[in-house]
Amino acid sequence: MTTIQRKKTSPVAHLTPEDIEQIGIELDAIRDEVMASRGAKDAAYIRRVIAWQRGLELGSRGILLFSLFPPAWLVGTAGLSIAKILENMEIGHNIMHGQWDFLRDPKIHSTKWEWDNASPSEQWKHSHNELHHTYTNVVGRDNDLGYGIMRVDEDQKWIPLYLGQPLWNFVNACFFEYGIAAYDLELGKNLATKKRRQDPGFRARLKQTRRKIGKQVLKDYIIHPALSGPSFLHTIAANAVANLVRNLWTHSVIMCGHFPNGVETFEKTSIEGETRGEWYLRQMLGSANISGSKAMHLMTGNLSHQIEHHLFPDMPSNRYHQVAPRIKDLFQRYGLTYTTGPLPKQVASAWWKVIRLSLPNRGEAAIRRPIEKKAPATAARWRRAEVPTTPLSPAAETAAP
Amino acid sequence: MAVIRTLGAGAWRVVELITTPVVPADYLDVIAPLRNAQVLRAKVEAVRPETSNSVTLVLRPGRGWVRHEPGQYVRLGVDVDGVRLWRSYSITSPPWRSDGRITITVNAVPGGAVSTELVRNVKRGMILHLDPPTGAFRLDETRPAKALFITAGSGITPVMGMLRSALHEMTDVVVVHSARTKEDVVFGLELRGLAAEGRIRLIERHTRASDSGRLKPADIAELVPDLLERETWACGPNEMLDDLETHWADGGAAHRLRTERFRPTLLTDGGGGTVTFTKSGTVVETDGTEPILDSGETAGVLMKSGCRMGICFSCVLPLREGAVRDLRDGRLTVAEPGDNIPIQPCISAAAGPCTIEG
Repeated sequence: MTTIQRKKTSPVAHLTPEDIEQIGIELDAIRDEVMASRGAKDAAYIRRVIAWQRGLELGSRGILLFSLFPPAWLVGTAGLSIAKILENMEIGHNIMHGQWDFLRDPKIHSTKWEWDNASPSEQWKHSHNELHHTYTNVVGRDNDLGYGIMRVDEDQKWIPLYLGQPLWNFVNACFFEYGIAAYDLELGKNLATKKRRQDPGFRARLKQTRRKIGKQVLKDYIIHPALSGPSFLHTIAANAVANLVRNLWTHSVIMCGHFPNGVETFEKTSIEGETRGEWYLRQMLGSANISGSKAMHLMTGNLSHQIEHHLFPDMPSNRYHQVAPRIKDLFQRYGLTYTTGPLPKQVASAWWKVIRLSLPNRGEAAIRRPIEKKAPATAARWRRAEVPTTPLSPAAETAAP
Repeated sequence: MAVIRTLGAGAWRVVELITTPVVPADYLDVIAPLRNAQVLRAKVEAVRPETSNSVTLVLRPGRGWVRHEPGQYVRLGVDVDGVRLWRSYSITSPPWRSDGRITITVNAVPGGAVSTELVRNVKRGMILHLDPPTGAFRLDETRPAKALFITAGSGITPVMGMLRSALHEMTDVVVVHSARTKEDVVFGLELRGLAAEGRIRLIERHTRASDSGRLKPADIAELVPDLLERETWACGPNEMLDDLETHWADGGAAHRLRTERFRPTLLTDGGGGTVTFTKSGTVVETDGTEPILDSGETAGVLMKSGCRMGICFSCVLPLREGAVRDLRDGRLTVAEPGDNIPIQPCISAAAGPCTIEG
């Protein structure tokens, strides 16, 4: 993709500033409606998923105590892989987004949750919630575009290192949780100079990550294998496979979110003084969905609804399927492309981009078009466009927030 | 012993590694929620209707509960429509119950989310969340020679706790209680029984039946001529307590009057207010149109921030008291003293005076 600002024909050229603000108003209305209807059913949903996940993990690890026997190894490894995927995707990722903060349950809260992953949740929340979700697909601002080791956009400058990126991507997929930890630590940037290496903030985060990884490794490769006695080595293998399966799966799902064909990217200058409507539009164009069954949505942590997730990152994940038809309709009415497809197609599309962009731009893509300078603006993304509203009724004050 | 303790701690660390990144308690809580002393919970053992509008809950507090003093209250956390809300309720049982149970009595307040939930929907076997008992509205260690209790509505609850705990140690007790009708008197039968046995002097006032309305200090003075000589405990609506405090102060007996207010007066006009940051001690005046994050930063408070649009949850801080409004959809979040509700300063504005831990 070339950034939308440098494209020959922009897919948003037909939208007036008023259209864009109107999109924002419509999306805010959908958000308000769903957020106001959150309740006991949603609470029951997340508690049920957590209970099932813990049961599955405990059961699988119990079976793996006898992993010397091949059927036990197979069942236990499969169960543990699924448990780890559920924990990372539908539970951890979404809780850390604050989707369940409204329950006011300290056990299921973005400020308290720690996930089964190498990266400490605090660091993940910074790089993911804050940087990636605010600056989605802005070249130079959103490091998720290639994670700093790959080139996934024509407007990212080519260097020879990228020749190897299909290999980097595969290695990263296998060790994805460590890739994320390194990414959250911004190792590339922070190891570059002595001053940065010795920065106390960086050293503290490094120590935090080391401790987290230590505990995770101790659990998966020492404690549980030791508990299984004669099945020691088999349990090590089972846990390694479960981690690998989880890594490959999450990596594939996440690649499908922003790399497939049809997803747009943006210039750094284009988001200066961005309005709420413009931010929403960027999220709509910068994300892609995965079509599939209910099981697929659950196993992807509803990141199969990446578009809906990027529009409303703090909406409970079990509600995305409910708003999806209305979002799709909104795309249609405003003449925009709702990018979606089955998992194999989207994964292939993302991989093709990684392979294609390992080489320098050629042909049409090599022509770098100038971008129009935007007049400086000072909008705040939280501020909604003016809509005629009725004053807050006193009844709303007694309602539980 | 030291060796055993070291071994025990070591073994526990291994158990913690088995369950990391969650803690063993997260698994144990599913099986035995009351055993966790770190997270205080209670099981509802029985639900007894009191009046048409109130129930008594018999609760079995879990490990970590400390014995209460008669007259104290407990903060109860109840999930209402999925959201955990906390409210205070007076304990009505004596502290020495051999079965370790406590009772609270709840009146369904119109529009009250928690009280309605407790009266209408709570069933035997449910788990509720608790804080340790607290409150300075207590009987003195040396029981008073002459006591007076003035209550209205559900204000009878802490007093009932005191009477059940210590009436046998007191000789001269007057209870003045006001409710809408005779049937609305919570613990009516028990109070009238005590009066019939001559253990208390009970003066009931039914505001709906008589024309005189709520009890005034002058009415009480007429009924209890020696009221200023009595050690007095009063609990009820704020206006009543204000009147009583003035009367007792005028009579030079303010030290004999102890009052308990159920609900602090919440000042929420939605139009801004004073924001107090507890850690830095900074106090800022706001007009309710600006995010608390901006107001705090302008005043020099060091605050964490991220997306500044309500999506990243990096700036979340606990609201300890007061009200804030979500600038996006206008939703209000209200915290009473003792609450600890995480809010997002980047999209919240003060909707009245509020205290933020930051």
